[in-house]
Amino acid sequence: MIYLIEDIINGILMGSIYGLTALGLTVIFGVLKVINFAHGSLLMVGMYVAYWIITATGIHPYIALFIAAPIMFFFGYYLQDIIIKPIFKAEKNVREPITVIIVTTGLWYILDNLTLLIFGPQYRSIQDNALKGAMLEIGEIFISVPKLCGAITAVITALAIYLFFQKTKTGRAVRATSIDRETASLMGINQYKIYNIAFGIGTAAAGIAAVTLVPFYNIFPTVGVLFDIKGFIIVVLGGLGSILGAMLGGIIIGLIESVGPQFMSSTWTEAIVYGLFLLVLFIKPSGLFGIKQDW
Amino acid sequence: MSFLKIDKINVYYGDIQVIFNLSLTVEKGEVVSIVGGNGAGKSTLLRTISGLLFPTSGQISFENQKINSKQPEKIVDYGIIHVPEGRKLFSLMTVKENLIIGAYNKRAETKIAETIDNVYQLFPRLKERENQLAMTLSGGEQQMAAIGRGIMAHPKILMLDEPSLGLAPILMKDIFAAIRKIADLGTTVLLVEQDVKNSLSLSDRAYVLEHGQVVMEGSGKELLKNPHIKEAYLGM
Ligand SMILES: Nc1ncnc2c1ncn2[C@@H]1O[C@H](COP(=O)(O)OP(=O)(O)OP(=O)(O)O)[C@@H](O)[C@H]1O
Ligand SMILES: [Mg+2]
Repeated sequence: MIYLIEDIINGILMGSIYGLTALGLTVIFGVLKVINFAHGSLLMVGMYVAYWIITATGIHPYIALFIAAPIMFFFGYYLQDIIIKPIFKAEKNVREPITVIIVTTGLWYILDNLTLLIFGPQYRSIQDNALKGAMLEIGEIFISVPKLCGAITAVITALAIYLFFQKTKTGRAVRATSIDRETASLMGINQYKIYNIAFGIGTAAAGIAAVTLVPFYNIFPTVGVLFDIKGFIIVVLGGLGSILGAMLGGIIIGLIESVGPQFMSSTWTEAIVYGLFLLVLFIKPSGLFGIKQDW
Repeated sequence: MSFLKIDKINVYYGDIQVIFNLSLTVEKGEVVSIVGGNGAGKSTLLRTISGLLFPTSGQISFENQKINSKQPEKIVDYGIIHVPEGRKLFSLMTVKENLIIGAYNKRAETKIAETIDNVYQLFPRLKERENQLAMTLSGGEQQMAAIGRGIMAHPKILMLDEPSLGLAPILMKDIFAAIRKIADLGTTVLLVEQDVKNSLSLSDRAYVLEHGQVVMEGSGKELLKNPHIKEAYLGM
């Protein structure tokens, strides 16, 4: 029983971090109407950025967050501005341009292979960080401190992005563009700049997720692929474009992964995750909770 | 020089030409109507002025500056505001948010509170419904919100595309009265309409568009008496 409670708690915590990894995907989709296949790679880049900041300076991972997140914002901003925007302009009249999806797939390969070339295939981890292996003990229940910190960060990030969209001038412009880009341009909104900003926010969210992961996760060039697939499953479960849906979808995956092995072998939990994914696609493509874009 | 001057523009959708060698002018302070049947090219003309389409030849100038082939957000900065056909409100945003986003441009953003009061004075219904999602408004309320959103931008010239579309006659009267009021307060108006009678009555001048060409122009009163207009557009 104790183990079950512990698994549920850790499932929710890890699930919130999964939600955070999918947050950027859902934001970018909401505005650009394009699935960003490079999202896992952005997360991977974020992990390397976080890794280098932390090992080079020796600062606490969560202080590194305040350096990594802005770096990742600008990385995403200019990635969209320089590489993706020209494709968008060429396909001006298409609402969901396929060629952009192909470009993001290309980005995925380029980023992963470039990382492999520069940093090599070896697994890295941050050995002596304050959070590594730290456990919180409540009665007989053990809770992983880095996961707890990650989950709290996930909730704060989701809330911050939501409030930014609701309360700021730029946030409103992002929402307007996501609803109707042509009419937004009649308001004086430069839609391509909004795409840059949305891509920047999505990439920064991936960067924040990366920082929460590095204290307890291995870093290697293809690490993003794992999260890529999870990210797609999460946003489909939660409803494409929904922030709350991404968090809830993440928690569901986290719970299945953590509680499942109590009852079955862990290869089965993976089967359940994919099965649920297909089931939702077949029966309720708008997502498990039917939440539409909520910002 | 004219305030807004359109000089011999040609506009295509792909290979299909929709506007042919079209010229017209709007002077400061005027209300000018463009009337014509379905498919005459009225919306295309407004979309070309606001930068959503580029003419293949000819020139559009505003306050003596060439403005054609500039991006729509740039055209907004000149003070040319386009209220598109079919309202096009931001459906998932509240009425108030729609109004606020209308004032996105630099000239307007510092005066949001003041302008919003003016809009609510013109359309008290919007004040009552300010926290309602735009998609849940009735057709008439949506049109008020769309015009209100246009006013929020502090237009030098307000271009309205079929504001009376799909409205009951009584609401139509309200909308036309509001447009007259906006003009009387000093905003230049370029009005596209299929309701020829109402729009000509409130306009200083008007152009009749057929097959992408200006076939007639004159003062509103003159055109109302014109036999061709009477027969083709007023059913008399
Ligand atoms: N996106 C488009 N692609 C191709 N042709 C178009 C497009 N939009 C409009 N057209 C064509 O251009 C012509 C003019 O259309 P436009 O919408 O300007 O007419 P309108 O005068 O505004 O008509 P209405 O009063 O029905 O709104 C029509 O023949 C229409 O079929
Ligand atoms: Mg039209």
